[in-house]
Amino acid sequence: MLARLAVTDAELDVFASQLDVILQSVARVGEVAADGIPPTSHSVPLTNVYRDDEVRPGLGQAQALAAAPAAEGGRFRVPRILDEEPLAGGEEPS
Amino acid sequence: MTDLTRMTAAELAAAIHSRQLSAVEVTTAHLDRIAAVDAEVHAFLHVDRPGAVAAARAVDESLAAGEAPASALAGVPLALKDVFVTAGLPTTCGSRVLAGWLPPYDATVTRRLRAAGVPILGKTNMDEFAMGSSTENSAFGPTRNPWDLTRIPGGSGGGSSASLAAFMAPLAIGTDTGGSIRQPAAVTGTVGVKPTYGGVSRYGLVAFSSSLDQGGPCARTVLDAALLHELIGGHDPLDSTSIDAPVPPVVAAAKLGAAGDLSGVRVGVVSEFSGEGYQAGVLAAFSAAVGLLRDLGAEIVEVSCPHFGYALPAYYLIAPSECSSNLARFDGMRYGLRVGDDGAAGAEAVMAATREAGFGAEVKRRIMIGTYALSSGYYDAYYGSAQKVRTLITRDFANAFAAVDVLVSPTTPTTAFRIGERVDDPMAMYLADLCTIPANLAGNAALSVPCGLAAEDGLPVGLQIMSPALQDHRGYRVAAAFELARDRADGGRLIDRVPALEVTA
Repeated sequence: MLARLAVTDAELDVFASQLDVILQSVARVGEVAADGIPPTSHSVPLTNVYRDDEVRPGLGQAQALAAAPAAEGGRFRVPRILDEEPLAGGEEPS
Repeated sequence: MTDLTRMTAAELAAAIHSRQLSAVEVTTAHLDRIAAVDAEVHAFLHVDRPGAVAAARAVDESLAAGEAPASALAGVPLALKDVFVTAGLPTTCGSRVLAGWLPPYDATVTRRLRAAGVPILGKTNMDEFAMGSSTENSAFGPTRNPWDLTRIPGGSGGGSSASLAAFMAPLAIGTDTGGSIRQPAAVTGTVGVKPTYGGVSRYGLVAFSSSLDQGGPCARTVLDAALLHELIGGHDPLDSTSIDAPVPPVVAAAKLGAAGDLSGVRVGVVSEFSGEGYQAGVLAAFSAAVGLLRDLGAEIVEVSCPHFGYALPAYYLIAPSECSSNLARFDGMRYGLRVGDDGAAGAEAVMAATREAGFGAEVKRRIMIGTYALSSGYYDAYYGSAQKVRTLITRDFANAFAAVDVLVSPTTPTTAFRIGERVDDPMAMYLADLCTIPANLAGNAALSVPCGLAAEDGLPVGLQIMSPALQDHRGYRVAAAFELARDRADGGRLIDRVPALEVTA
């Protein structure tokens, strides 16, 4: 679901066994990842990099829309974003 | 007449700047070579003849007006990996999802190349979104290795490495997330450098794994790579992970190395990168290279990096995790492919259909692994543990560099494998990056320089030289000394032993 991929059944057959092999192999990290070892998310530890708050030119509307799969009225045209089924109780937007 | 496509970038620059050659004739010679041989090699996804010639003409005009060259490489043409955005030139990352996309802006690397007067010949082929070790994952078909057209040119930057080995470009740009500059260099007999992470701007480099991706120079000689490194490197305020420090003195180091003396340099041989899984001819060429370094005066010691064996599994958790997040941008809404928008389907369905149609198998596999490794319940066992391994590998490097100046290993365990040989076996493909991944996880500098041909198949082998972060120049010095000694011992340049390609035009 999180992957947002409409994979076919035929693909799933191939992927399932390949992913099993890969996941079994990568699980080896558990052999040495003992408690007390700090995690590294980034090799260069930088925090809070700021730049001067100056106005710089950005993309204009025409440039931003130039590669849009669909545009209408100067905006990106997108498919509807809400499902047709009624929302579950208690989750209605206010 | 001298074949302009056989000259080094440094030689071409000297001839152009002293006006013995025009930049236009140099660029045209390379464009003609592309037209003649790229039907066989398929290194380029897009060739920009008018743009390259116009850039070369501007260099000639500026020199004719008596101006100083815009850079040390002004007028020397280059092949750009199709993962850097180029305003007005197609950028696809080897993916159907971006087929025909014209970016509205230039990457910092692109901008620096243009400002330096470097004509961009075209965009080079690559594994889709830089995921792969063979270019077979390109949606537009594989690139072939000029040494043997039935074999892979490495990946993901196989288009860049093949363009150099086929003399279609004297310089190229690659990106290295787990070895995508160094492994292609090794299997094509060319030079490839992964700078220290943060050494070259990632602004406009389409992201695969942001904490690992690093652009860098590709060339046929160590000095040429150093000249290109200085041109594209350095701080960029548009990339918040860019290092705000001077570019390491890599050109001076390459020149120092060419003096041929490595006395006092301590070279560590990584003991873990040997044995089972390594081709005999690769190990033999590597041992010979270590012997040559000793002859040059270097002190050779064996060094153990006990956690390097865990780099590959850690990488194949961290990189897919970051990729699953980065590639969420390909949602079919603002640019790129959109599939299934029939007026009835909702955004989620269109997104899933677009990504199913737009991504190839390897990208899908990695997105699935990444979303799984990051999901609650599995995070600690997978992604969290991989981050700890990253710490252990960084510590291994720190311990090693307390005792030696540089570390060496084979760049990749085998020579170029055959096209098709590993496509159905992802784990076998992943092993190509076994020796290169530790430097990505730790963020330090590493390069590959050709170290000979394997006895059993006559194909190139790469010597990997790893340096501490921001000490990129150490590797250049050792590589330049080695390159000279290797060519002396062989009685000629290794790259000149590439078989001639059939010219089709």
